[in-house]
Amino acid sequence: MTVIEISNLQKRYGDQVAVRDVSFEVRAGEIFGIVGPNGSGKTTTVECLTGLRRADGGTLRILGLDPARDRTALRRQVGIQLQESHLPDRLKVWEALDLYSSFYAEPADWRALMDELGLTAKRNTVFSKLSGGQKQRLSVALALVGNPRIAVLDELTTGLDPQARRDTWQLVREVRDRGVTVVLVTHFMDEAERLCDRLAVIRAGEVVAIDTPAALVARADVPGVERPTLEDAVLALTGPTASSPN
Amino acid sequence: MNTTAVPETAPSGATGGRTRRGRTAGRSTAKLVVTEAKLFVRDPLGSFFAVIFPATLILVLGSAMPGFNEPSADIGGRKPIEFFLPITLALAIGTVALVNLLNTLAADREKGVLRRLSTTPVSPVRLLVAQLTVTVVALLVGSALALLAGRLVFGIEARPNVAGLLTAFVLGSASMVALALLVAAFTPTSRAAMGIGSLIYYPMLFAAGVWTPGPLMPEAVRRVADFTPLGAASQALQDSWAGDWPQPLHLAVLVGCIALFGGLAAKLFRWS
Repeated sequence: MTVIEISNLQKRYGDQVAVRDVSFEVRAGEIFGIVGPNGSGKTTTVECLTGLRRADGGTLRILGLDPARDRTALRRQVGIQLQESHLPDRLKVWEALDLYSSFYAEPADWRALMDELGLTAKRNTVFSKLSGGQKQRLSVALALVGNPRIAVLDELTTGLDPQARRDTWQLVREVRDRGVTVVLVTHFMDEAERLCDRLAVIRAGEVVAIDTPAALVARADVPGVERPTLEDAVLALTGPTASSPN
Repeated sequence: MNTTAVPETAPSGATGGRTRRGRTAGRSTAKLVVTEAKLFVRDPLGSFFAVIFPATLILVLGSAMPGFNEPSADIGGRKPIEFFLPITLALAIGTVALVNLLNTLAADREKGVLRRLSTTPVSPVRLLVAQLTVTVVALLVGSALALLAGRLVFGIEARPNVAGLLTAFVLGSASMVALALLVAAFTPTSRAAMGIGSLIYYPMLFAAGVWTPGPLMPEAVRRVADFTPLGAASQALQDSWAGDWPQPLHLAVLVGCIALFGGLAAKLFRWS
């Protein structure tokens, strides 16, 4: 079953084109990765698909809904973790979870979620006193507290230490195992390779490849590299020397 | 108080969904107000200025300033502190709007708190409503404490025009809140918001007569102050404190400020 359908998405900011032409489909229950260099339009794409920004062109269907028209309905079913969004400094962990769960008619049990994310020991700690990893885990918990069918996670592990990154990956797998479809924006290739079932590679606002990480590696043609990694494969698709997608 | 378990079946029928949503809206609004109140109390500087400062000012001035609590021939045999009490209310309004509310709004936007909220089914407008509710309550408590201090400690007797006083208070608060929203709307960072906020704050206090209470304000200054929101609010509060109706000019200035600042703020305000 397809839960996200995006075709020919376009978005401009003034005369700058952020997304030129992006199309992909995400199936229920998969972890779908979006990779590409900075400024290639990854974040804008997920902002359009979650209704945070209005697309200039193309059609978007998320769980059968149009994100621009059915924003509120969409938000009851889609959990979103954004890069660089914080909570008030003096808000405690449990208060944030309690508050956000009250926004949904059928929320998850926030205490259980707090436990699963290893935040119970920090329940009375205020946001500003949490470590980077703890903030990130709280952020994921808030994205999941509404019992979403889709979770959109943007640069989930940026700024985390290696152990925290691995813990977060495990967390994403567990989220998927609950039956939640995950859209993951990242520029860490090891992360994409370990986690994602399929990847969309974006370059300058256009999709240049959609495939499994293994297939992207297998078909990579990187001159001078005998056994290319996913990073080599993606760089070959998105780098300055890459051939134009059309 | 919380839904602790995930319901096993989805609600059937549109009515069930609607009432459930209605309940969710009520519950989440209540939670937002409680949360904002907690955050307000945890900000010691904020709660000090809004709640305790007006009363403290009355107590300090009344007991430490020579002659402040003595009848003075310059002002018709009345005590300066009697003139100062309504000005304290204007001071509280200005402080809560241009310091507390403005800083909270600007910080929330800069940190992405509003953006984060806009990813949920709850509109950031509800957060704004919750913040305004907390602000108004803090203001009422602060003003009540100041009036109480004036009455209990210094025995200030007053026969205010209650309806006029309430009108002046509500319109004055609304105009300053609208001004704070407007500043929050056009400043890009919280530093800029705080800077511009204090650039406006001190002249506003001057216009309100904080340094030149009641009849001590020079006529020329008063004529300018009449056209500033806090100056007009202060004059309206002073008139109704003395038992008169606020002057139509001051009420008109306040209504005009609400319409102008509020309209512009609604047009310009960005959530992220």
